[in-house]
Amino acid sequence: MSTQIHTGLLHREPPIFELSSPGRTGHALPPSEPLDDEGLPAAFLRQGAPLLPELSEVEVVRHFVRLSQWNHCIETGMYPLGSCTMKYNPKINDAMSALAGFTATHPLQEDEHLQGSLELMFQLEGLLCRVSGFHSVTLQPSAGANGEFTGLALIKKAIDVRGEGARRRKVLIPDTAHGTNPASVVLNGFEPVSIVTGPEGVLLPEAVRPHLDDELAAIMVTNPNTLGIFESHLKEIAELVHGAGGYVYMDGANFNAIMGKVRPADLGVDTMHFNLHKTFSTPHGGGGPGAGPVGCTAELAPYLPVPRVLRTNEGSYRLITELPNTIGRVHPYFGNFAILVRAFTYMLENGGAGLSRVTEMAVLNANYVRALLKDTLAVSVDVDTLHEVVFTDRDLKKETHVTTMDVAKRLLDFGFHPPTVYFPLIVPGAFMVEPTETESRVELENFVETVKAIVEEARTDPEKVTSAPHRTGVGRLDETTAARKRILRWTPAKP
Amino acid sequence: MSEYPNNLRYSRTHEWFDPETNRMGISSFAVGHLGDVVEVDLSVDEGDMVDAGDEVGTIESVKTASPIYAPISGKIVAFNEDLADAPELVNDAPYTDGWILEIEPTGSDDMSDLFDATLYSDHCASEE
Repeated sequence: MSTQIHTGLLHREPPIFELSSPGRTGHALPPSEPLDDEGLPAAFLRQGAPLLPELSEVEVVRHFVRLSQWNHCIETGMYPLGSCTMKYNPKINDAMSALAGFTATHPLQEDEHLQGSLELMFQLEGLLCRVSGFHSVTLQPSAGANGEFTGLALIKKAIDVRGEGARRRKVLIPDTAHGTNPASVVLNGFEPVSIVTGPEGVLLPEAVRPHLDDELAAIMVTNPNTLGIFESHLKEIAELVHGAGGYVYMDGANFNAIMGKVRPADLGVDTMHFNLHKTFSTPHGGGGPGAGPVGCTAELAPYLPVPRVLRTNEGSYRLITELPNTIGRVHPYFGNFAILVRAFTYMLENGGAGLSRVTEMAVLNANYVRALLKDTLAVSVDVDTLHEVVFTDRDLKKETHVTTMDVAKRLLDFGFHPPTVYFPLIVPGAFMVEPTETESRVELENFVETVKAIVEEARTDPEKVTSAPHRTGVGRLDETTAARKRILRWTPAKP
Repeated sequence: MSEYPNNLRYSRTHEWFDPETNRMGISSFAVGHLGDVVEVDLSVDEGDMVDAGDEVGTIESVKTASPIYAPISGKIVAFNEDLADAPELVNDAPYTDGWILEIEPTGSDDMSDLFDATLYSDHCASEE
């Protein structure tokens, strides 16, 4: 059987089940023993063999390598996926996290066997405190959303300790927020209240004032926000919220835009999560693993998750779990440890001045793209942005009927990963570019020239754009039918 | 571009309500912004009482998911069972076969809280 059509070295690859031949295998296994199934109810016993594909080792390896070649990653080319911070991850991060001293340990070993790992955690907490201005940090949360959950749990605990848990349940969230924010709010037993961003794309104190009462638990602000704009009124808003007895949570997903320039604690933020996998360059985008450490003020520190790493007077390190007010664990063991090693490496490699420079270059690159493209694609809000810039297809769609999605698909034909599309929701047809500090001026200009060429093509040959991509392994998918008539499991073709 | 039948009343959040049939759905303006609808997920059951503005479910398209709000206070008396297998009805016929819920008004609402077709058309133009 051969359904494979190869175009040069671009392999057409069917599902692995369709490559199966009966009896083929990659291993020589001993004959199986009769199954001791005593005690298992008959209804749960399998009647036949599971429907697994049968292939040799080389077939399996080729299958997955071929599929991987359809992929685009940061190591293939520019990946300007707004809000996701797809910066290049230096290889030294991987080399350090592969050191045997880290990889050959087990989290249940005694503290004295783990001194190097514990010292790294202690020092990384210290570095994160320095860049954020917070009193303490926990490294445990495994990603941004887990960090959000943790930070809000600290706030919830503080409110409960004050005896106001039943009453203070409102958490204010601007309409530019990440979708995970309201979910984290609800998981902690709070109620999300959406507030509207001002016309300049920033949150104004007036939007917060009507909610300043004894039901207010917290405000949750992403800074810079998802339009890439610095929340310039945050300090004043934080004072208002504190005055009403509430707390300020900052979503630190975009911390890479202010790192080394602004310390959230100085803005009145009580707690914030970092996305180590974004800001501090560890691989992500394939579903993890990430790391979402949470920093907080001295007031909230007693509630941080356990175990905490402590430095003894003798200079050794140990883990403490017996803390009376802790919210408990939010992740098994100590979080995604190898990611912590990568982020620590990145911070030491850059140093303080280097991290500030990273921020400057990320902001400069985004503004360079905005300046070069703003006469080609309309910008959502015509103000200076930080690390990312949001365009809209408003004018393009009116003139040519070509949409953001079409331009995004056509970019694939020129070797670029598309930007984030249709997010944030408050911008119609959003086209959200985050170039990161990694890209050179030449590469940024290549990207800009490509977008300009596609927009011109939308006028001269719109069909070419609306039917893109043309040069990829798989053409444009029928996303509507795929979503309406879902096929969630492969089934054999009827003979 | 979009058209808004004169016999219907419209909410600020782009639902329509038909005072004759008590049915509600979402307007062609909303459909135009959502794109291809792939799922209508209701969070209310027949017999439930809702207030105008209450969230009654979510509508998901290939681009986004948006809440659906009750345009009027009343009792849920029916929902469009056809949407489970054919969510595209919302795209193809938003005012007829693509109806979503039937709500028997409690009468406490003043219908004047809703727009007529002309005012709604202006409202849409201001959001475009």
